[in-house]
Amino acid sequence: MFQDILITGLVNGGVYALLAVGFSLIFGVARIVNIAHTAFYMLAAYCFYMLLVQYELHFAIAAPLAVIAVTAFSVLCYRLVIEPLREHESAVLIATIALALIFQEAMLIKFGGNYLGIPSTLDGVAVLAGVTIPYQRILILVVAAAALIGTWLMLYKTRLGLAIRSTANDLEVANLMGMNVHRVAMATVAISVGLASVAGVVVAPVFVVDPLMWLSPLVTMLAIVVLGGLGSLKGSLIGALIIGYVEAITVFALPQGAFLKGAVALSIMVVVLLARPEGLFGVVFEEER
Amino acid sequence: MYLLKRAWSEIRNEILVLPSRTLVLIWAVSLLLLPQVYGDAYVLRILTMTCLLAIFAASWDLLAGFAGQVNFGHALFFGGGAYASAMASQKLGLSPWITVWIGAAAATLLGLIVGYLCLRLRGSYLSLATLAFPLILIGMLFAFPEASGGELGISGLKRLAVSPTDNYYIAVVLMLVSVFAMWKISDSKFGLVLHAIRDDEVAVRASGINTTRYKLTVFALSALFAGIAGAVYAHYLRVAGPSTLETALSFQVVIWGIFGGVATIYGPVVAVFVLYPLTEWMGSFKGIGEMRLLFFAIIVLLVLLFMPRGLTPWVRDKIETVCPRCKQRNGAWKSQCRLCGAGLKGVLTAPGAIAPR
Repeated sequence: MFQDILITGLVNGGVYALLAVGFSLIFGVARIVNIAHTAFYMLAAYCFYMLLVQYELHFAIAAPLAVIAVTAFSVLCYRLVIEPLREHESAVLIATIALALIFQEAMLIKFGGNYLGIPSTLDGVAVLAGVTIPYQRILILVVAAAALIGTWLMLYKTRLGLAIRSTANDLEVANLMGMNVHRVAMATVAISVGLASVAGVVVAPVFVVDPLMWLSPLVTMLAIVVLGGLGSLKGSLIGALIIGYVEAITVFALPQGAFLKGAVALSIMVVVLLARPEGLFGVVFEEER
Repeated sequence: MYLLKRAWSEIRNEILVLPSRTLVLIWAVSLLLLPQVYGDAYVLRILTMTCLLAIFAASWDLLAGFAGQVNFGHALFFGGGAYASAMASQKLGLSPWITVWIGAAAATLLGLIVGYLCLRLRGSYLSLATLAFPLILIGMLFAFPEASGGELGISGLKRLAVSPTDNYYIAVVLMLVSVFAMWKISDSKFGLVLHAIRDDEVAVRASGINTTRYKLTVFALSALFAGIAGAVYAHYLRVAGPSTLETALSFQVVIWGIFGGVATIYGPVVAVFVLYPLTEWMGSFKGIGEMRLLFFAIIVLLVLLFMPRGLTPWVRDKIETVCPRCKQRNGAWKSQCRLCGAGLKGVLTAPGAIAPR
């Protein structure tokens, strides 16, 4: 059981980290609380399903195609819906909720409400220290790690990354230094949704795909982001591992654990917030007055 | 006779002078008269639900719009009220007229707890943290299915009244009373302090005001109204289920609040009265019925693109103008302020003023 907890926690933590880092990024740069973030994750899973099962493409082609399509779509949504509302924070908030609902209903109409299974893309298991791990789960870990390292390299080694970090730090000064903050925000949306859609594509063969699959990771992701500190990438990563392990421990160790896993994870977030209102690694944003 | 005259002059001087107040009066009177004219059970049912949800939406606005504590888990108070009332009614066998108050008390308690836990949080942290509370409660309810009925909830509750018309009147009167009460609260000195807390909490504290007490009070008040709405809703539908605690309901109330216009109290009420019957009505068509949530979201999105501040502030600015001197509102057709006599039209072209380009 101990090894099960170790592996499940790591895999779930990896997926949550992909989601939470993207969410944190867009919050830090553009102050958008993007409720539709996990809806893009759902869209990517559906897109992958459509390409793989209905068009019978090879998964190595279908997966990047799905990620690219959803990312391009998110940039379109940002330009059409979010950008005209940027001045009104509350309007942006419910615009993202409305977008998420639209995606959910559109998928419900197109594919129906039943659970869709995606055939496993990698068969076989590896035996490691007495635990059998399906290759599929190892794939999730490898992809999550690669995507996170890629994001880190992009943020800290390229000029675009510098622009993103400085915009997150101080929007007005970044603007004065000649950065096109709208362009930067758009690039950030693309990166953030790109990470979410990678998560959607890799988990699709392990979990089931259904139109409501965005809700429960949404809440967990928000808990992680708040736990780690809004806008902090390191916090999101560590928060994701914490919540991933807490959920794994609850499910394996407690009776009725499956019902309680959300409640326990969220309670931990509340406890952390009571002790440290800005989260574990939160940056205290200057008061906007 | 004197009283009648007095009442008429009150109405003429205070209500009929402003188109928005006239609209509110017409709306309230027509809600009260509707069953006498058109007593269709289906329409009454929809409007009963609309009234209860309107209380719920207005209570969110009291907390989020006025005090700036943007709550993403407002369903906690609605569902808490519903479950507490249902449990009291089912396990203790009390009459629903009593258990509704037990539900309201339970919701107020929940409001105080959440308010206490969230005292140090602000902004987006508060919103995202409050999202967690209803889900924690759902988790606990599912873990103890004997007491809570698990996923099915507690069903077979007694109704407050038997006939649809009576239920309708209970909901309408409750709605008018509580919305008026909330409007009065938000218009009082207490509401002014809440405004100030939203805009700058540090400055309010520096002015010697105990913001902790104000924040706890507004959490409790908001939860109280939401709890009453939830309890009556549970008795009306005769079931208190997990759907009253879902994230979807919390998001729904945020959508109503912002769609109608925050910090107005009447905004969310108007939004519920527009959106809820609209979605129900669309649901009655075959073919469109399954897509009603899709249409709902698209309508919300389109309205926001044109009226980013919400529906009611947009409408109010069209039919009324603000006097530049005394800041009182006037009908848009007036050329002189009704209170201080300042000119309302052509102010910008008056001598000495800079002409608009």
